[in-house]
Amino acid sequence: MAETVLGRETVPVKRRGKFFGKLAKQWQLALMSVPFVLIGMLFSYGPLWGWIMAFQDYSIAKGVTGSPFVGFDNFARIFEDDQFFRVLRNTLAMSLMNMATGFVGAIVLALLLNEVRKTLFKRAIQTITYIPHFVSWVVIANIFSFLLSPDGGIVNVVLMKLNLISEPIYFQGKPEWFWYIQTLANLWKEIGWSTIIYLAVLVGLNPEHYEAAEVDGASRFQKMWHISVPGLMPTAILLLTMSIGWLINSGFESQFVLGNDVVVEYSDVIDLYALRYSIQLSDYAYGMAINMFKTVVSIVLVLGVTFLAKKTNQSRLF
Amino acid sequence: MRTTTWKDRLFSTFNYTLLSLLGFATLYPFVNLMAISLNDALDSLRGGIYFWPRKFTLLNYEIIFEQDSLLRAAIMSVVRTAVGTVLGVAVTIMIAFALSRREFLLRKPLNVILVFTLFVNAGLLPAYLLNVNLNLMNSFAVYILPMLVSAYNVIIVRSYFEQLPEGLTESAKIDGATDFQVLLRIVAPVSLPVLATVTLFVAVVHWNSWYDNYLYTSGTPSLNLLQFELMKILINTVNEVANSSGSSSNSNALNTNPDAIRAAMTIIVTLPILFVYPFLQKYFVKGIMVASMKE
Repeated sequence: MAETVLGRETVPVKRRGKFFGKLAKQWQLALMSVPFVLIGMLFSYGPLWGWIMAFQDYSIAKGVTGSPFVGFDNFARIFEDDQFFRVLRNTLAMSLMNMATGFVGAIVLALLLNEVRKTLFKRAIQTITYIPHFVSWVVIANIFSFLLSPDGGIVNVVLMKLNLISEPIYFQGKPEWFWYIQTLANLWKEIGWSTIIYLAVLVGLNPEHYEAAEVDGASRFQKMWHISVPGLMPTAILLLTMSIGWLINSGFESQFVLGNDVVVEYSDVIDLYALRYSIQLSDYAYGMAINMFKTVVSIVLVLGVTFLAKKTNQSRLF
Repeated sequence: MRTTTWKDRLFSTFNYTLLSLLGFATLYPFVNLMAISLNDALDSLRGGIYFWPRKFTLLNYEIIFEQDSLLRAAIMSVVRTAVGTVLGVAVTIMIAFALSRREFLLRKPLNVILVFTLFVNAGLLPAYLLNVNLNLMNSFAVYILPMLVSAYNVIIVRSYFEQLPEGLTESAKIDGATDFQVLLRIVAPVSLPVLATVTLFVAVVHWNSWYDNYLYTSGTPSLNLLQFELMKILINTVNEVANSSGSSSNSNALNTNPDAIRAAMTIIVTLPILFVYPFLQKYFVKGIMVASMKE
């Protein structure tokens, strides 16, 4: 009896010993994880410590440890800030437009590419349309400033030749055009690249469906509409739901390089606004509150959508 | 057997036309910039350069490479890309290998931490303040450390490692190989497609990066990168035109046309990617497929 009791008591100790003993044997795998754990985590999660400032009347002199806490005052300021609502509007508008055009564009392009029988042609178009994905936003912005230039840019030249306009338009000087220019640039950059997954799904669809449809006398377009499109839907919906978290996160590189002083009313986005505000006015607490608001909203969106997808589409998605 | 109706043929014609147009729309801007960059800058002001230079010259490129600052920026861009890629790929492969090993005790918690980085995006200002506090301002390290590991790349490599036959690692381990030896001598050689993929991805991110230069190191000219120099020229010209309320502001004829320099720099910055990318294309399509099929 005494032995069993003793035996039982030693179990947890032994187990823990076992865990570290085992881990010690895996020291090489652990060592391989060290750079990721130290540096990767530092730069992914490290920025979040700044959230403390969002609850403080922060001043650089006093630092995070010395500044007094003010509760949610900084967050209350957000909702009284007209500038904030403007950059929020821009952020949401551009990410919605990018999402919608990117979603439809990728599916349409994948469907069209899938109908191409000449392999060489198909591969050529794929290779070409992937290129802009690998090019920096600085390059894209340069390209668009040439294309849209009032000074011999191809868009103005073509519109003039077609007699649609009588004198060149300076597109990038018109604030209300900025969203469309940014959306177009984003579509041009990513449309080819975003077809990769859809093309893989299309290749994997059951050929028997197509054969059966052919026997029934379906046209190419009908086969595409009734077989390829439904075949793509589960993947499309999955990708769309996963992208919802980016709704409040339109990026800032494209807006920075495509924009200019004149169109800033429409080109400014949350990240750029928060950074500029904080640095110019040395008011870091407010900028942090904005950033925290943004991150929390996007996490809530991601979790909400994942939850809904699991509840409603379980059988279709997974 | 297959009968083609007029409808199918119409669809085909429409399809090929549309795709050709898209291909053209993608390539034309590059061709156009190439033509402008190789054309006499003053002659370009007359407009009408589309596919081919009218007065061929290499002067625009010579002007760029004569400027010490731009030459130094080019070297710095190459150094940054090389160092960043070597370190980034090494770290990515190591963590991906550890996470692909089912017996690794820390596998689960590390995986959770990894996937969460995809969703927790603190934003620009918090990242900026972190770098300030870590004393990374105006240092080369700010180019390398913050983007050392990307969860997306780790997942791609991990997925590829996971679908390799398990016996591969096991038999080597039984023969007494260490984990580092297994990774270097056995797993890496059979994973070249995915390694080529992430190498390309990491290299492209470093080569294309400009805003860390703008935010963190613009006080140290010796750390300036080509993309940043190009960005400065772009912002200057665009704002110049914008502020002159849209009228065509032909710069004084004595200087070289800034647009010609801008076109030449855009081409210089783009060419390395155009050279490397087609050779790796067949790899990365496969690499992404393996990863996305698993998700």
